[in-house]
Amino acid sequence: MEQANFHHALKIREDLCIGCSHCMSVCPTEAIRVKNGKSVLYGNRCVDCGECFRVCPVSAIIIDNDDFNYIYDYKYRVALVPSVFTGQFPEDISLRQIHSVMLELGFTHVYEVENGVEILKDAITGYAAQNPDKKPLISSFCPAIVRLIQVKFPSLVENIMQLKPPLDISALHIRHELLKKGIPDKDIGIFYITPCAAKIAAIKDPVGEKDSPINGVINMDIFFSKVFRQVKQKKNLSDEMPVGSRLTSKSACWALTGGEAAYVQGRVLAIDEIHNVIEFLERLENEEVTDIDFLELRACDESCAGGVLTIANRFLAAERLRNHTAEYHPDSDGKHPDETTPISDNNEYLLENITVGEINPRSMMKLDENMGEAMRKMEKVNRIMQLLPMVDCGICGAPSCQALAQDIALGDASIDYCIFIQKILEQKGELSLEDSVKIMQDIWGFGKTNKYRDLKGI
Amino acid sequence: MHFEFHVEGGNFSKAGSASSQLKKILKQLNVDPKVIKKVVVALYEAEVNIVAHAYQGDIFIDIDTEKIEIKLIDEGPGIENIELAMQQGYSTASSKVREMGFGAGMGLPNIKNNCDKMTISSEVGKSTTVEMITFFNN
Repeated sequence: MEQANFHHALKIREDLCIGCSHCMSVCPTEAIRVKNGKSVLYGNRCVDCGECFRVCPVSAIIIDNDDFNYIYDYKYRVALVPSVFTGQFPEDISLRQIHSVMLELGFTHVYEVENGVEILKDAITGYAAQNPDKKPLISSFCPAIVRLIQVKFPSLVENIMQLKPPLDISALHIRHELLKKGIPDKDIGIFYITPCAAKIAAIKDPVGEKDSPINGVINMDIFFSKVFRQVKQKKNLSDEMPVGSRLTSKSACWALTGGEAAYVQGRVLAIDEIHNVIEFLERLENEEVTDIDFLELRACDESCAGGVLTIANRFLAAERLRNHTAEYHPDSDGKHPDETTPISDNNEYLLENITVGEINPRSMMKLDENMGEAMRKMEKVNRIMQLLPMVDCGICGAPSCQALAQDIALGDASIDYCIFIQKILEQKGELSLEDSVKIMQDIWGFGKTNKYRDLKGI
Repeated sequence: MHFEFHVEGGNFSKAGSASSQLKKILKQLNVDPKVIKKVVVALYEAEVNIVAHAYQGDIFIDIDTEKIEIKLIDEGPGIENIELAMQQGYSTASSKVREMGFGAGMGLPNIKNNCDKMTISSEVGKSTTVEMITFFNN
């Protein structure tokens, strides 16, 4: 039974994919198979973490991106920019330069995502006090982690804090501020400069909410090049515009590892990198670890500084933010003409809208909705497992013997996909050589399968 | 469906492996996450009990569409006074075990709280058997 899929920002371009299976090997949820020489994504398992994007040698994995010109559909064009964007630039380029170039490039407002921290930090404390039974609270910040919990750790879904991340809070605030100035809603376009694929998926298909307050997404790698080029070319012109908002050093580091945990009282852990998170959640689910109040979990190593769409080295970007945020916001800066009211911790509009609805589990683990049927399939999986070599070679087009056994039980694969079993079947005369070559071709494509023959001319 | 796991006494690095494997099985069988949590927590406690107190043990698990039955049989010192052992906070765990964060005396009561039926029987100096049953549609 196929479940309704999440929207995915990650796409595999069939025309570019060479079926090398690197992505299949690294996928933490075993969401990729190779068929006909191309990688195929199982949508109900993918959490948009972007690990596949990192390892693809031919850039065949792409991340959905709104066309930059789409911003001109709106009269007021707000760039919602996370502080890690600033961390991408060399140290001699000031925040002022970066933001004024963004305005030159077509935005009418530049607003930093971490402004939302001002209200969220207290909201977390309040939420924790109101929900003592949901310990440990799991941060809702990283959309890849929220999705990972939905598909792989359904029993922990209720621990996810039902509060909006700073991104959504800031988007709501800036829109509200512009509406207060009498600007019609349809004229306001809010665009997020994203460091990763998961945020895009979260905006296009929010969890626990109907719509996102954000109109479009611009990928950080592309936008960085645009801005950096302009900064380089017009070095002297871009120092005119004072920045619109001032983050504290602490709030600017929210998206770094430990940045969010630093605000929360009690026993708090910050864990980054998706495999580390999975290892910890396994233990948490068994209640092997108890008495933790809050978990900051991030899919990327060094959190958002290590996002798949970042350019700078993640350690240097994180260092820049930790050490130099104060310098980005010198007190001597003038006031931005369009400056909005800073977010205060008693902003009524935001407090009314800060929560998100129920987050539902969507387990990818189940073999069938019906338990009796699931048991029959599991028995089949176990029988097949006895026959497989347990070397996880991936030649069958699945990432592990276990994954192949499950695919067979679910009717998506056949036992003779296994190269070890093919050899024996051939030896016993139960599979012809032609058929066995055909199986390989169906998995790896004609070219790869026949390379040796073609090049050797045999 | 029947599953068996072996547990080594004294080896805390492997404590929890049976509960982790059972958890995966129950997820695949589409069991309600809340029920999975209870079953796994109860088994984990019982598994740690074998590691902390016994020389070795075996876990036998039977699952049908209505319920899961888990039986743990260990070779170990046995329990002298089961009633006392069932009290919260009572523990005979050694200081070494306590240093590792186990042995708070919450184990047996916690098992009882997390399953529908629980029975313990023990032969002092020989073995302890814990049986627990959890129904899926409760």
